[in-house]
Amino acid sequence: MPTTNGGPEVSTTSLSGLGRLRLARPPRWHGMAETLIKILALSAIAAVILIFVFVAKEALPLFYSAVIHKEVTLRQMWLAQQWPGYDAPDHIWQPVSEIPKYGVWPLVVGTIKVSFIAMLVGAPLGIGAALWVSQFARPRVREIVKPVVELLAGIPSVVLGFFALMVMATWMQDAFGLESRLNSLVAGVALSFAIIPVIFTISEEAFGAVPRSYVEASVALGAARWQTVVRVLLPAASPGIAAGVALGLGRAVGETMIVLMASGNAAILSGSLTESVRTLAATIAAELAEVVFGGAHYTVLFYLGTLLFISTFVVNSAGDWIIARMKRRLGMSS
Amino acid sequence: MSQVVAFPTPPPGGPPALSQGAQGQARGAESPFVRQVRNRLGDLALAISTGSAMALVLLILFVVIGDVIIHGSARFSLRFITSAPEQGMTAGGIFPALFGTVAMVVLMTLAVVPVGVATAIYLHEYAPAGSPVTRAVRIAVNNLAGVPSIVFGLFGLGFFIQFVGAGMDRIFMGGQKVFGQPALLWAALTMAILTMPVVIVATEEALRSVPRELREASLALGATKFQTVFRVVVPQGLPGILTGTILAISRGAGEVAPILFTGVAYFLPRLPATLHDQFMHLGNHVYVLSTQSPDVDATKPLLYATVLVLLILTFVLNLSAVVVRSRMRKRFAGAGH
Repeated sequence: MPTTNGGPEVSTTSLSGLGRLRLARPPRWHGMAETLIKILALSAIAAVILIFVFVAKEALPLFYSAVIHKEVTLRQMWLAQQWPGYDAPDHIWQPVSEIPKYGVWPLVVGTIKVSFIAMLVGAPLGIGAALWVSQFARPRVREIVKPVVELLAGIPSVVLGFFALMVMATWMQDAFGLESRLNSLVAGVALSFAIIPVIFTISEEAFGAVPRSYVEASVALGAARWQTVVRVLLPAASPGIAAGVALGLGRAVGETMIVLMASGNAAILSGSLTESVRTLAATIAAELAEVVFGGAHYTVLFYLGTLLFISTFVVNSAGDWIIARMKRRLGMSS
Repeated sequence: MSQVVAFPTPPPGGPPALSQGAQGQARGAESPFVRQVRNRLGDLALAISTGSAMALVLLILFVVIGDVIIHGSARFSLRFITSAPEQGMTAGGIFPALFGTVAMVVLMTLAVVPVGVATAIYLHEYAPAGSPVTRAVRIAVNNLAGVPSIVFGLFGLGFFIQFVGAGMDRIFMGGQKVFGQPALLWAALTMAILTMPVVIVATEEALRSVPRELREASLALGATKFQTVFRVVVPQGLPGILTGTILAISRGAGEVAPILFTGVAYFLPRLPATLHDQFMHLGNHVYVLSTQSPDVDATKPLLYATVLVLLILTFVLNLSAVVVRSRMRKRFAGAGH
């Protein structure tokens, strides 16, 4: 009975269709590609580990090599040394002189001074601008202002360094009557231009993440706008702001080209903000090209690089940790 | 996404009588009038202080850009971009630096995009959320973004040149020094690692914005996970991948510190022809011209024009990234998300 009705026939075709569907195995290379993706995804972890290992590796001889110790020891780097021709023990960075001197304190203090000025200028501007955007800007204005500030972040640091060196240094010397044209003040202010976008962006996000209900409750209780901002919005957004400041600080400590071009690069140990200054990052950039591979100076510069890596790692991790905690508390998936 | 919190402005003439009474009880001696004046002044102070912070930030941006445009446009011309430097960098153009920058950036892009996109795909499509591996990758990406650029330079020297390059020389070149020295390839790879977080973050954002329904529809039609990811999700996320690539290129074109010891040269008579040649770079050109020029006044017009080229290059890249991204956001916002 080949043609009684169409029912069974239809069901067989659909069944065979299902069977074909099940038989259509994905090609083998799909699985291989997925494995490749998994391996490539680990490259970020590999990169961070390799960076630390290969930078620290070159610094390691400083801890054990007798050859290096003839020229420099960690003790000599961190403790004041009595150098011939000086009245008292002092911290001096003069790696290319007849008696090489590797006192790192002038560089460490220089880095702290420049970063401090950058934060002092950059943090209020970044946070203030973010607050303005969150409180006073209409949506249309905000849509324009945010990309414009991102544009500031897009200016290469060598251009900011160039501007500080060629233009700003002269302006500031004329305005404040400074003795040295390039100093920690010029470098710090120029550096703040680079960190303002970082602080702005993260603070703006933090203000935006404060639940509306907090603000509405405050307004409903009769608080004025400034009271709401000071007593509700700022405290609620403070972890995010702290994270922005931490990431800005990490950037400031590690930034190279701006400081290299605008700070004057004299390794003077002093508290003065208007003297020429030399930072850790700028020292590496300025000196590594002229050193002997594997020599004492080379090793010391990699040691400074390791210090820089560790300190920014700590500061950035703190910032990221705060952000992650804030997002979790506000119920946002990262 | 962030929302503007709208504050209702208090009606003119103060709050109604009832609240005045309540206020009087709560605040004791303070009269409603004093309170109102104080609040108005407080709000005004807030508006002025935050507004001037915003204005100052914009002013900084415009002054820097304005200065470069005004002083740079005098020497800027087609000939300037297409000719080589002459007379000890006091005349001629910057073609070799532009060529070197582009060559390095192209190599960097070839290296960073596949790795960055694969990482983002793994993080967003494959990895179980919150697994130790995922968290480790995320922590690594965040920290990679924070490593100082000069440390990347040290790493490039220690790893690519001294370890990989010198190793290749020992094995393939019979000890002849070919790869174990600063080169275009090593600079590009160093820069690729530096820009990896940019690509990963942008790609992940794009994948996140692809509606779930598209994935579900694809899977419901019988597509495998792999087919869903590569025929549905990734094509939808292409604008985001493009944004990340553009931002990475912009960053790579502007950074100088990582390539100082890994391949850049101040002046080369010839363009780089192989991967193990050194190259000239716009950013490095600006750095050397402005800090080590024997005659600053003679090189200044040229220097400004070079900065202008660098600035135009990065701004065009950044602006196009912004445009691509906002288009992508609008498209998915229109799709009911």
